[in-house]
Amino acid sequence: MSHSNSLSRGMRRIGAGTIRAISRTGFMFRFFLAVLLKTPSALHRLQLTAREIYFAGVLSLVVIMVSGLFVGMVLGLQGYDSLNKYGAGDSLGIFVGLSLVRELGPVVAGLLFASRAGSAVTAEIGLMKTTEQLSAMEMMAVDPLARIVAPRFWGGVISMPLLAALFSVMGVFGAYLVGVRLIGVDNGTFWGNMQAGIDFWPDITNGIIKSVVFGIAVSLIAVFEGYDADPTAEGVSAATTRTVVGGSLAILALDFVLTVFMFRGLGNV
Amino acid sequence: MAIPRGKVVAIMGGSGSGKTTILRLIGGQLRARDGKVLVQGQSVRDLSREELFAMRRRIGMLFQFGALFTDMTVFENVAFPIREHTDLDEALIRDLVLMKLHAVGLRGAAQFHPAELSGGMARRVALARAIALDPMLVMYDEPFAGLDPISLGIVGQLIRRLNDALGITSVVVTHDVYESLKIVDYLYFVSEGRIISQGTPQEVRQSTDPFVRQFVDGQPDGPVPFHYPAKPYAEELAARVA
Repeated sequence: MSHSNSLSRGMRRIGAGTIRAISRTGFMFRFFLAVLLKTPSALHRLQLTAREIYFAGVLSLVVIMVSGLFVGMVLGLQGYDSLNKYGAGDSLGIFVGLSLVRELGPVVAGLLFASRAGSAVTAEIGLMKTTEQLSAMEMMAVDPLARIVAPRFWGGVISMPLLAALFSVMGVFGAYLVGVRLIGVDNGTFWGNMQAGIDFWPDITNGIIKSVVFGIAVSLIAVFEGYDADPTAEGVSAATTRTVVGGSLAILALDFVLTVFMFRGLGNV
Repeated sequence: MAIPRGKVVAIMGGSGSGKTTILRLIGGQLRARDGKVLVQGQSVRDLSREELFAMRRRIGMLFQFGALFTDMTVFENVAFPIREHTDLDEALIRDLVLMKLHAVGLRGAAQFHPAELSGGMARRVALARAIALDPMLVMYDEPFAGLDPISLGIVGQLIRRLNDALGITSVVVTHDVYESLKIVDYLYFVSEGRIISQGTPQEVRQSTDPFVRQFVDGQPDGPVPFHYPAKPYAEELAARVA
């Protein structure tokens, strides 16, 4: 009796969890549409979006560039070590460039972006809700979706590809420092191979597409979690965590899906 | 419940009695499931979103802890509704904001950030913001909560003076009997979503209604019981031993 009870309770919990997850996803997409609808009125006030680009993008520059430099330097060391075993040490440039432009740039920059900028946006909107600032705005006949949410969303979407590009640039520079300056790969070979082996289409465009998609995903999750947060201290804290965890998982999952499609497009799979 | 034009009306009741809900119904943040809320003869429930926003432009609201925008200065907070809803040039906006801040005595604090203000000052800035667009109706949600006696007196006087000087109508939701008896024209007592009693301050002071007496005299037990509903005490204690 008690066994079947606990079994049915477990089933019920799974069912309730599934329903909650589905309804939240549906709510999030309706929210996404609402934000898109409010975008024209948000664009009237471009300085608001510019401000968010500053907060999400400019203030993330240091962490993104330093991380890019270190990732590039490690790639230089590890890459040269592996390639040199097969006598392909000269291919370091193309190896590093492709890894960064196709994968590491968008993905690592996206993960950093989710934890640096996404969490800040969630916490800010969540606290605005907790302190009734969003209600106050509504009562002043100003739509918070247009005034608060849409500028933060677009600020993130615009910043993300730029940050990913800078991450790749710094990574290539880091690999150059280690590979050419430290290990002694020939300077001309390093850059020449890179130039010959990386095409603007599809390598770089695919990287840009990825970073735009990650920017949309992380920004949407960040503004949604903030807007949907329980208006308490625990609620905002939980929402911030959900942004970082959900944003990171979304990036990794989307990266796989996008990569599959991109390689199929190339006819390599 | 009627709120006549030009008067200061208090809605009183214990915590959780539905006071704030009334304000949210008037402002259209909640829609009435039963019954009707009429603002200037228009049913709030039946307004479209545009009509609702048009109505809200003529309503000011003071939130419990001010709800100032923390990323803006005091000046920008008061300027916010003016900038959002009018095309006035900056010089005129500056004059308007300084006038509103002067009315609440905080012209000197214009460049402060909300974090630098005391609770009472924040409440006054929020009041200046609520009257920025010269509304017909100002709603106050617990304007006295958590204030020291001086700030409390200032806010109380401001509510009365602004109401009379600007010809607005004020609705004050509060549980502060003493302060509201001094400034309002009419009081409603609500409990569990119903109007229990009403009257002018004079009538309330002389009322013999047990609920009003409990509220005005601050007695812990009465029509509103001290104990949350529970099992009989002896039964519960005995059950624990068994």
